[in-house]
Amino acid sequence: MESDALLLSRIQFGFTISAHIIFPAFSIGSSAFVATLLVLWKRTGRDHYHRLARFWTKIFAVSFAMGVVSGIPLSYELGTNWSRYSLATGNVVGPLIGYEVLTAFFLEATFLGIMLFGWSRVPSWLHVTSAVLVALGTMISGFWILAANSWMQTPAGHVMHNGIAIPVDWLRVIFNPSFPYRFTHMMTAAYLTTSVVVLAGGARYLLEGKFEEEARTMLRMGVGMVAILGPAQLFFGDQHGLNTLEYQPAKVAAMEGHWENNGPAALVLFGIPDQDRELNHAEIAIPRLGGLILKHDLNGRYAGLKDFPKADRPPVFPVFFAFRIMVGIGVLLITLGLIGAFLWSRRKLFTTRWYLQAATYSWPVGFIAILAGWVTTESGRQPYVAYGIVRTADALSPVGVATVASSLIAFLLVYTVVFSIGIYYIRRLVLGGPKPAVIAHEPVHQGLPNRPLSLGTQPTERTAGHAPEGGSAPTEART
Amino acid sequence: MNPVDLNPLGLTGYAYWLPVVGTGVVGLAVAMYVVLDGFDLGVGILFPFYPQEADRDQLMNSVAPFWDGNETWLVLGGTWLLVAFPLAYSIIAPALYVPLITMLLALVFRGVAFEFRWVAKPHHRKWDVAFAAGSTVAAFAQGTMVGGILNGFRVDGQQFAGGPLDWLTPFSLMCGFGLIVGYAVLGACWLVMKTAGPVEVRARQYARPLLLGLLAFIVLVSVWTPLQFKHIAARWFGDLHLLYLSPVPLLTAALAASCWRGLNPTGRHSTLAFYSAVGLFIISFVGLAISTLPYLAPPSINLWEAAASPSAQTFMLVGTTVLIPFVLGYTVFVYHTFRGKVRPGEGYH
Repeated sequence: MESDALLLSRIQFGFTISAHIIFPAFSIGSSAFVATLLVLWKRTGRDHYHRLARFWTKIFAVSFAMGVVSGIPLSYELGTNWSRYSLATGNVVGPLIGYEVLTAFFLEATFLGIMLFGWSRVPSWLHVTSAVLVALGTMISGFWILAANSWMQTPAGHVMHNGIAIPVDWLRVIFNPSFPYRFTHMMTAAYLTTSVVVLAGGARYLLEGKFEEEARTMLRMGVGMVAILGPAQLFFGDQHGLNTLEYQPAKVAAMEGHWENNGPAALVLFGIPDQDRELNHAEIAIPRLGGLILKHDLNGRYAGLKDFPKADRPPVFPVFFAFRIMVGIGVLLITLGLIGAFLWSRRKLFTTRWYLQAATYSWPVGFIAILAGWVTTESGRQPYVAYGIVRTADALSPVGVATVASSLIAFLLVYTVVFSIGIYYIRRLVLGGPKPAVIAHEPVHQGLPNRPLSLGTQPTERTAGHAPEGGSAPTEART
Repeated sequence: MNPVDLNPLGLTGYAYWLPVVGTGVVGLAVAMYVVLDGFDLGVGILFPFYPQEADRDQLMNSVAPFWDGNETWLVLGGTWLLVAFPLAYSIIAPALYVPLITMLLALVFRGVAFEFRWVAKPHHRKWDVAFAAGSTVAAFAQGTMVGGILNGFRVDGQQFAGGPLDWLTPFSLMCGFGLIVGYAVLGACWLVMKTAGPVEVRARQYARPLLLGLLAFIVLVSVWTPLQFKHIAARWFGDLHLLYLSPVPLLTAALAASCWRGLNPTGRHSTLAFYSAVGLFIISFVGLAISTLPYLAPPSINLWEAAASPSAQTFMLVGTTVLIPFVLGYTVFVYHTFRGKVRPGEGYH
């Protein structure tokens, strides 16, 4: 019975954390986008930056709300479903999450209020600062949670005492061997994924002949980011892979479908891994290329799955295919960015319809790559939940199968309904585009700029004087 | 209080005080959560009593800039429990599996409603329902968890050894209903303070009967608890305890009276009722702490047994000491920025 509760708990955690990561990834990117737009607006005074910032703030807000509500269950599931994991690793992982709450969550939550609702309540410099602080908060949040995850992958800075990990060196705990690579790889993924959405949205407006000024800005910023971050991500990912080979060789063997260490390693392009028979069906491989990529040597060799006891091998099938999906999408995005940059340099970016059309379909692929990447690294860590410290099978709470089955069904139903609707709303917001008329009327209609306290409290600071027209309200009235 | 209760492991110095301070931090986080998210959950609970769309807009706008920050205290409380007392966390969380997951799912519905409701307009009715039902269910689940903790947990070694419905007793259900009423009082008093026009007038009308209901629940809990739990009865009535603890009921009565006065229909006071209601919650929370400490997972696991390694607690405590003033600082800042009453037809969206 316990094995059923274990399986259901794993499905539940995998499902809830997968549903969650989509939104923070988008929030990290879109908050940075909004902050950038607002800073550009403050520096140039050009209205369309402000319209775009307002528009993307709405999209960001919907995504952020879903990130918050899907994140809170995770911190409690560690206790409800994985109490023995919490007991064994709580001394290390707990404080990392605690620092995330203290340094990031409160910062985000507080300045989010000002960012969303303070357009005409606070001076514009303070509003812009709030947006920057929210974007910074999402990065800090990523820092701590990826430190915690990386510690679970490559634990360091602790000693084991009666089966419990006791921290001894916090710097080594935080900056554990895989952390710098994972942090760079994931943050780049978040910015890249969001840039693709921006690019896709701009392409669609241009095709439909709407919001041209905003669309050109979105397209330029999107293409620029994808053209830089796409190739950069290839490099970061490669470095991350080399780090994994050093610290989690079984994971890399599963990613590559590499069973035998019997000579210069081939690169398996395709195959259907068979965990029981320890081979790949229908394998297509390029001799020596695996060694070249992973060891930078045509005669390079590295450990195969057969070098590890069967009980210590990760499930090869999901790791192998998830990795290929991630890399495949990465290659697609690099192509998208480079072609876009080429067209831009030829001044054809806004008129090449086939490119714009292809771009409009690209919006979800970054998210799929992020999910595939997480499946690769998390499944690849199995059979451990904290690598070498706690096996997943030993991490489960004393909960019954009926209890977990009920909660899993509830999570499936609620998340599917709520988040599908949420993604539909985001899509509708993006398709609707920035609405200048509504924006111009909104504050006047609701009477906020006329309220004495919102203007009366505006400090006469030097920076406030730099604001175009002295603040946000007159600018809006003009648009 | 029995001296053995206060130092069962015979610890001294750092090892003794660190978990005591940790308990204080967890207590602070939970109290902040209950008071802050309490009023915005309460506003959700009162949603059905304001059928007009414009009124509901005003209700939601009165809490929209704050709810996320308020809910973050819940994460801090849970995380600090994990950090400082992994053993208590790993017993309490599986024991309260059903109400915890129920609360989390309810919070999903009400949390997304803050944004979805505006995006969905004019087809937002379902998010009105989600907001109200989510708030009410979350409050109920939290109340049953309080009851569940007072009930105590069956523990074998270092693990919860009971069943999935151990928490489900008449007492815990009563606590669930009590907390719905309690949050509704906080919510109504918040609306008295933070809104103007018909919404405020009706909040004053709703708040007084709700306050009476809350007092009835407080009396009920105060009678039921010592009857149900012998160890708590001993704590309350043994030796001179009744004398030491007498300020608790006296303060409760005084705060209830000032809350009642603050709800005067003439509208003379706008903030008195809310702060009195906050006081009522704090005093109830102190009463709860007096009744259960030093046990974190009653009846067997006390805070010293449950404590994490000193290195984990110290690291966390340093960060908390440095960062909590900042957190409180910008919490005050955002409440100050959005001070004053939200008037009809006025919003931030």
